[in-house]
Amino acid sequence: MKVTQAQFRAGLLDPSLPAPKGLANPDGAQASKRFDVYRNNVAVSLTEALIAAFPVIYKLVGDRFFRAMAGVYLRKHPPSSPLMMYYGDKMPQFLRRFEPAKSLPFLSDMARVELAMRHSYHAADATPIDGQALAELTPEKLMGTKFGFASATYVLPSDYPTYSIYHANTEDGAPKAVMRPEAMLIARPQFDPKQTLITPATAIFITSLMAGNALGVAMTAAGRDLDLGATLGLLLGQNCITTLN
Amino acid sequence: MLDATHDNRLPPRAGVGYKPQHYMDIIQGSGLLGWLEVHAENYMGNGGRPIEQLRQLSKKFPISVHGVGLSIGAEGDLDPDHLARLKHLCDWLNPASFSEHLAWSTHDSHFLNDLLPLPYTAQTLTRVADHIDQVQEVLGRQMLLENPSSYLAFAESEMDETAFLSEIVKRTGCGLLLDVNNVFVSATNLRTSPQAYIDAFPLHAVGEIHLGGHDQDYNETGAPLLIDSHGKAVVDPVWALLDYTLAKTGPKPLLIEWDNDVPEWSVLAAEIARADSALVRA
Repeated sequence: MKVTQAQFRAGLLDPSLPAPKGLANPDGAQASKRFDVYRNNVAVSLTEALIAAFPVIYKLVGDRFFRAMAGVYLRKHPPSSPLMMYYGDKMPQFLRRFEPAKSLPFLSDMARVELAMRHSYHAADATPIDGQALAELTPEKLMGTKFGFASATYVLPSDYPTYSIYHANTEDGAPKAVMRPEAMLIARPQFDPKQTLITPATAIFITSLMAGNALGVAMTAAGRDLDLGATLGLLLGQNCITTLN
Repeated sequence: MLDATHDNRLPPRAGVGYKPQHYMDIIQGSGLLGWLEVHAENYMGNGGRPIEQLRQLSKKFPISVHGVGLSIGAEGDLDPDHLARLKHLCDWLNPASFSEHLAWSTHDSHFLNDLLPLPYTAQTLTRVADHIDQVQEVLGRQMLLENPSSYLAFAESEMDETAFLSEIVKRTGCGLLLDVNNVFVSATNLRTSPQAYIDAFPLHAVGEIHLGGHDQDYNETGAPLLIDSHGKAVVDPVWALLDYTLAKTGPKPLLIEWDNDVPEWSVLAAEIARADSALVRA
């Protein structure tokens, strides 16, 4: 009796299936308890990987809810690569449709934030430009300049106060979140990704620059609420800008 | 087939599986720690702190790169993207050793994050040997293959694990990573003798030895079922099996693995000291 890896995998992910036939048990009985060791290893290790990837969501929903949710997620979306540091990439879409989480509609955006923190942490090291190079451009030149960004940089706008909720759950004494839209910049000045609360205009401006538009175009998109000096200071201070063209 | 004399360059001393929370203890410490082992997949990001720490550690210690995701025992082809990532890591780091497992973890591009068992047949022997040839060719170096922890066997198996591994060594020129805790776990679970396993093992090919902790569970009949959890200290019967092994092999690079519920450094340092004294006796 041959056991194929397809049968083995199906049994691992579906606990309602019996253990595959053809497994040998020196104790004589069915090998189901022995097969359960592998079942348990798979479910527990993937659940632990998701807890490590989404610590704020874990804190928000609690251990029991998270483990139950992870059990559904890992069967629907088993990893597609051995790089567990990136496991959970489909969590934002998953949470948007996950019925038991309907009362926490901001969870999907929080998953985007936590994924971006991970990707930022593992992003390529970058050499930032000297701020002086920017200061030396004539206003006319500056308007036509395009910026290259460190790959650790992310802009995440949300209809929910994701920045405040994140910090209320990771820092002692952080203020309680107030229901409002918020946007954040995630950047990595050196090794630790850092979040900064930014205005909607700043979020539009940086997103436009990151899409490859010249500064003048990004300014027009952002509108009159943009504080250009403060925003450029933020991007330089967080080592986000790597090239000027 | 690679030349089997292409030697593993880890020193015959005690090493430890590296955990980032111990970075300062390790980089500032001195003494018994002879080398470090890292899981390959944790260093396949593009940059940042993990890569920088590994770069710093590699200036001070010989590094063993231990893969957990290549799925050498898979029915399907090896993932060329993953093999390329391994090559990239081995190229820039130039580790003293590369090792992987006699197991599978990926099927139809789904990675299951566990070391899953395979039957030992003429067919699986050819497949595993082909995969190892491919790995050694791509990496341009000899690899070590680790014996698994088993919870069950396959009715279709035609040979035992030691015969399978002996033939793999003959066909590919790879070395072996002998995990003594895995031997103890498998022998207990499959009701065989761990000493007999060591006696039949192709010890001449061993380039590294692993030691780790396991958990104890029970099967339906109340008989012990050991789980290879890497979350505890090494138990006395496994230390005894190590002595039995070292008496035959002489000193070998010896690793303490502790991957879950990782303790503070002093606890690991005590395990390293015990491993070191076992090497001195050998």
